[in-house]
Amino acid sequence: MSRVLQLLLEGERLSTEQMGDVLGISIEEVSQELDRLKSEKILLGWRPILNPENAEQGLVRAVIEVKISPEREGGFDRQAMRISRFDEVDSCQLMSGGFDLLVIVKGKTLHQVAAFVSERLATIGGVLSTATHFMLRSYKEQGHILVDGDAEDVRPAVSP
Amino acid sequence: MNPDQESRVAQHVRSLPRSGIRDFFAIVAQMPDAISLGVGEPDFVTPWHIREATIFALEKGRTSYTDNRGLGELRGEISLHVEKNYGVGYNPEDEILVTVGVSEALDLALRAILDPGDKVLYHQPCYVSYHPGVVLAHGVPIGVPTSALNDFAIDPDALEAAWEPGCKVLMLNFPTNPTGGIANREVLERIARFANEKDLIVLSDEIYSELTYEGSHTSIASLPGMKERTIFLHGFSKAFAMTGYRIGYACGPSGLIEAMMKVHQYSMMCASILSQDAAVEALRNGGESVARMKEQYHRRRDFIIRRFNEIGLKCHSPGGAFYAFPDISSTGLDENEFAHRLLNEQKVALVPGTAFGENGRGFVRASFATAYEKLVEAADRIEGFVNSL
Repeated sequence: MSRVLQLLLEGERLSTEQMGDVLGISIEEVSQELDRLKSEKILLGWRPILNPENAEQGLVRAVIEVKISPEREGGFDRQAMRISRFDEVDSCQLMSGGFDLLVIVKGKTLHQVAAFVSERLATIGGVLSTATHFMLRSYKEQGHILVDGDAEDVRPAVSP
Repeated sequence: MNPDQESRVAQHVRSLPRSGIRDFFAIVAQMPDAISLGVGEPDFVTPWHIREATIFALEKGRTSYTDNRGLGELRGEISLHVEKNYGVGYNPEDEILVTVGVSEALDLALRAILDPGDKVLYHQPCYVSYHPGVVLAHGVPIGVPTSALNDFAIDPDALEAAWEPGCKVLMLNFPTNPTGGIANREVLERIARFANEKDLIVLSDEIYSELTYEGSHTSIASLPGMKERTIFLHGFSKAFAMTGYRIGYACGPSGLIEAMMKVHQYSMMCASILSQDAAVEALRNGGESVARMKEQYHRRRDFIIRRFNEIGLKCHSPGGAFYAFPDISSTGLDENEFAHRLLNEQKVALVPGTAFGENGRGFVRASFATAYEKLVEAADRIEGFVNSL
């Protein structure tokens, strides 16, 4: 794995300059590596990880199980793409098991999400059924534990 | 201390100096915004699967004493682990003792082996407890200097030069706290010959062995003829980030382990059962966590060593452990002035090298078991300080 990528994944908040410093390479080399990761679509983008409890007040998230009938030659891809292109859809994945697509939808209100599901999602050709689950509380977001309860650092500042 | 009370304290305890680390800690503790590179433990919290196993043990009501030697299950796992990773086989029945950290194991070994006046060779700078540990067991410590010239690996010639009649024990700690020094197979073979020739018992503290960055770690216990005269000491604190669990172990010839067991059973009784359960989980499933942490230490090491050298503080690359040990003599300050002024002027805490023995003169210890952000910032501040001199 690329060393720059590894550093990013460790979740450290370092500037390009600091990354270069840590890895012992120049800022240009770090930028080049970031460009490469982006152009090869390994690194898709930068997005802050928000605590939905605190930051996205009033934002409603729903997990939707979607069953679709696959098409000849296209499989699930065309419908999955149609669903994915909606701004309301945060992520969309093909699953094994009892349903086909796992879709996460975000909206300002319950009503907005419900309307999106019933008027947009459910009406796409090939969608057989949807089951919508509203998210009540998040405990972990992309590797970050949200609920307080971890002890503070109690390590003595100097120890043998 | 009140002179009345001081006269009541045993002579050999009175003779021990206070740890230099403790004095320095008192000052750093007053400065909450200082960046500390003075911490001698991992900055990772114990991997969750190990913590979770501890909780499960508690839920099951595992709150009793255990066999004095430690849980049979744990001794079995230790036996497998040591054989696989260090190439020495120990019988879990009578050649392994579970202890409260390597610290206790070391104390037990010294107390079990030494008669008053027996001499103990140890390389120095070294972990702060070695010298006092020998004194507390009524032994006579004989320091063997190691040097930055060979990256603080032990020099067998220096060892032979330091030897004198009455030496019974040789203490080794590779990789070394505070220098990160390591001993390769060839050096260990020479030390092994020396130990055989002088009939020394070797206490080998290998607590940092998983954190070896250059080449692979060799245990002196694995060399021909050495198992019989070596007590292999190891634990979970560093590699598994389990310092607070206080859990370690000793492996050695049954006669010596039995003697240590005697001291252990009358003083400590047994290690905490919760820590022992956690240790079983660590050995069974902790390999990946160790590898991940080691990788991070490795990269931090490369960064901080490069920075020290850029700043003009000559620093060898430590082969193991998580400490940089730069030479600060070029600044014209001694290690105490350097550490105190750096703390006051730039709020970065390092440990003066002499806290680890006379041979640490002119050096400071900087732990790189520290998050990158802090490490980067600390390096910049040290640079600012050195440039201001």
